[in-house]
Amino acid sequence: MKPGFHDLVLDAQSCFRAAMEAMARPGRVQEIPPTEGLPNGLEPAAAALLLTLVDADTPLWTDAGEEARGWIAFHCGAPLVRPGEAGFALVTGALPPLSRFRDGSDEAPQDGATVIVQVQDLVPGEGWRLSGPGIETKHRLRVNGLPEGFVASWEARRGTFPRGMDLFLCSGTRLAAMPRTVRIEESV
Amino acid sequence: MYVAVKGGDAAIEAAHRWLAHERRGDPALPEITALQLREQMTLAVDRVMAEGSCLDRDLAALALKQSRGDAVEAAFLLRAYRNTLPRFMAAEPLDTGAMQARRRISATYKDLPGGQVLGPTFDYTHRLLDFTLAAEGAAPSVPEEDAEGTGPMPRVTGFLTGEGLMRAEAPDDGEAPPDLTREPPSFPASRPLRLQALARGDEGFLLGLGYSTQRGYGNAHPFVAELRVGEVEVLVEPPELGFAISIGEITVTECQMATQFAGSREEPPQFTRGYGLVPGQNERKAMAMALVDRALMARELGEEATAPAQDEEFVLLHSDNVEATGFIEHLKLPHHVDFQSELEKLRSIRRRWEAERVAARKEAAE
Amino acid sequence: MSAAVQEAGGYNFAYLDEATKRMIRRAILKGLAIPGHQIPFGAREMPLPYGWGTGGIQLTASILGPRDRLKVIDQGADDTTNAVSIRRFFQRVAGVEVTTRTAEATVIQTRHRIPERHLTEGQVLVFQVPMPEPLFRLEPRLTEARRLHALGDYSLAQLRLYEDIARQGETGSSYNHPVMVNGRYLMSPSPIPGYDNPKLHRSAAILLFGAGREKKIYAVPPWTEVRSLDFDDHPFRPMLAAAPCAFCGSRDSYKDEIVSDDRGGRVFVCSDTDHCRENQS
Repeated sequence: MKPGFHDLVLDAQSCFRAAMEAMARPGRVQEIPPTEGLPNGLEPAAAALLLTLVDADTPLWTDAGEEARGWIAFHCGAPLVRPGEAGFALVTGALPPLSRFRDGSDEAPQDGATVIVQVQDLVPGEGWRLSGPGIETKHRLRVNGLPEGFVASWEARRGTFPRGMDLFLCSGTRLAAMPRTVRIEESV
Repeated sequence: MYVAVKGGDAAIEAAHRWLAHERRGDPALPEITALQLREQMTLAVDRVMAEGSCLDRDLAALALKQSRGDAVEAAFLLRAYRNTLPRFMAAEPLDTGAMQARRRISATYKDLPGGQVLGPTFDYTHRLLDFTLAAEGAAPSVPEEDAEGTGPMPRVTGFLTGEGLMRAEAPDDGEAPPDLTREPPSFPASRPLRLQALARGDEGFLLGLGYSTQRGYGNAHPFVAELRVGEVEVLVEPPELGFAISIGEITVTECQMATQFAGSREEPPQFTRGYGLVPGQNERKAMAMALVDRALMARELGEEATAPAQDEEFVLLHSDNVEATGFIEHLKLPHHVDFQSELEKLRSIRRRWEAERVAARKEAAE
Repeated sequence: MSAAVQEAGGYNFAYLDEATKRMIRRAILKGLAIPGHQIPFGAREMPLPYGWGTGGIQLTASILGPRDRLKVIDQGADDTTNAVSIRRFFQRVAGVEVTTRTAEATVIQTRHRIPERHLTEGQVLVFQVPMPEPLFRLEPRLTEARRLHALGDYSLAQLRLYEDIARQGETGSSYNHPVMVNGRYLMSPSPIPGYDNPKLHRSAAILLFGAGREKKIYAVPPWTEVRSLDFDDHPFRPMLAAAPCAFCGSRDSYKDEIVSDDRGGRVFVCSDTDHCRENQS
């Protein structure tokens, strides 16, 4: 089995702090230390998030291949389920329509899924203009590799707040978060 | 320093040393051992074990010694300890029907299969201080009949169920019961969650609530169908084995109360069961628990819920003595910042109130 | 096995086991994603009593790492007994560096105050919360309060505010005055004095709130709009003692009032001891 964290306690702590900073400051890009020898299709940032947040108590859906599933089962022990039942999702290919994931309820919006999406690239300082809680004025972020129409569907979903899902966008060792509150304006 | 609560480090150290000194008491007397407590303060140990949710009589005795006999403090010590323990697996449900009962009584039948077994009980003692205990007397002789225990006894509620007069319990849905030590309780609460909370709830709180149901606060006309105290085996089924193995036995007290139910359109008039199960020997708590369990069934049975004991949020969120004592005792912590804001607020409201009175008097005089 | 486990004297780094930390970390992330909404969590029994900061301690234990510098205050001061006790706990189980200087701290655990000094981007402020439900005096039933939050129906709180103003000319709460977070959730700011409420608004630091006994976590991300509940014609007005600090002379800091004799003598000193020290130096 390919390895997980080198130090289970301290690596999880530093990855969590990056994840917390990312969720608290949507669109800001955080850097995770590089990991060697991950299963096919799994990149360091997404893998570190799984090791940090996912376990036997968090049903997971993923489109990842056999090797990655085995690795997740070994290191995280998360039960694999259908998208609509998942607390966490790991997307390594094309992002399915957001409506396939859980969005919680008005009384328990925290039941909305956390979706970890591997994208081609995250470029801070250009692209989308993001606003909302966590953002002083505007954060800018270019995301390459999301399906066409993503921004329109994201903006449409914002109307259902507090229900919704929260995204981690990952590329290589980089990650950024998109909590359900963030507003996206496409650059013109 | 200008204020007593500050300068904490040295004060805390000194307080801990003083506390240890007070715990030891008169050094001319031999120090009490946890083992002595375990053997001679058994009911106090049982209570600590039950409310501390950690079924280990040696640890409970140690906690009791460390806490200077404060049962709630001792339960807290056990809870904090148990929380650091790894969890291997959950035990199978206890089979209290197979209990080796040392005590078993029913108030609903004069005699019954298995018999009435009085066992070790305070029930018919005259509460006269026994001054021979002040001097260390010889060990009392062991009564022959309770040295060995008895064989399995059929459950009294079984007789009523057989006749169709006891409301059938919901069949086992195979779902693992919730664990309130791992997940926050959610409301409305399931019966497994309620029973779990009551089993580790504060004895005094349940006693008062149970008592209130007898006095008209809640609709209870209870009979002790059966009360039994004795040893049951604890079984676990390791997944790699595929069958259950015994890991030892524990003492428990079980109480089943039969309470009348007027019936509804769907259900005939019948008895309903209030259930109490407490680790160790604690009849008072098992009985109070059974009364409160029955009172909390009001919602399921379509009864009008008007009394405190029927209100599950009220009962479940206030029965835990470690939570309750923490929050009450936290009032000892400094609150001078919020008190200061109250002072300023009160002074401001007071100035306005006095100004208005002066103005009103002036108006009246004109 | 982590090197950090041995260092913490047999307990895991920062006391909590890793599964518990994961559970709390997930709750923190959802809290940040839904600002002001209370997330239920499986609070653990800690070796310190409920009501003495177990919610804050569990949050701090779940975020703290070896690169952090921790500051713990109670009533604004680093040297109050419970602050000392909690700081000692983390020194013992996490071996982290501690400080009394607000400017140097990366994680600040607090009870009842927000430091006077403006917090910055690299800082996390962890509040100890006794009663997380802002509606609890008006609606003690959690099931009902949860429904009202879902509906965003805060008419009970507004009505109480209106009645206070009608009866006594001003709002009734001087501390723990509820706030609206991002225009959606009514939130208890914990029992901080009203004077501290404006510091919650568009704070550069991450604000985390933990209630151990009540088993709730909530959060306010940086730069989020946080408004004290009030009316346009009766804006929220925090109270502040008029006297300057007897030590540093500050007029705009929050004060402790100290009875100096039995003839009505009063001395006012800064509640924030680090702020007072900075002013004096």
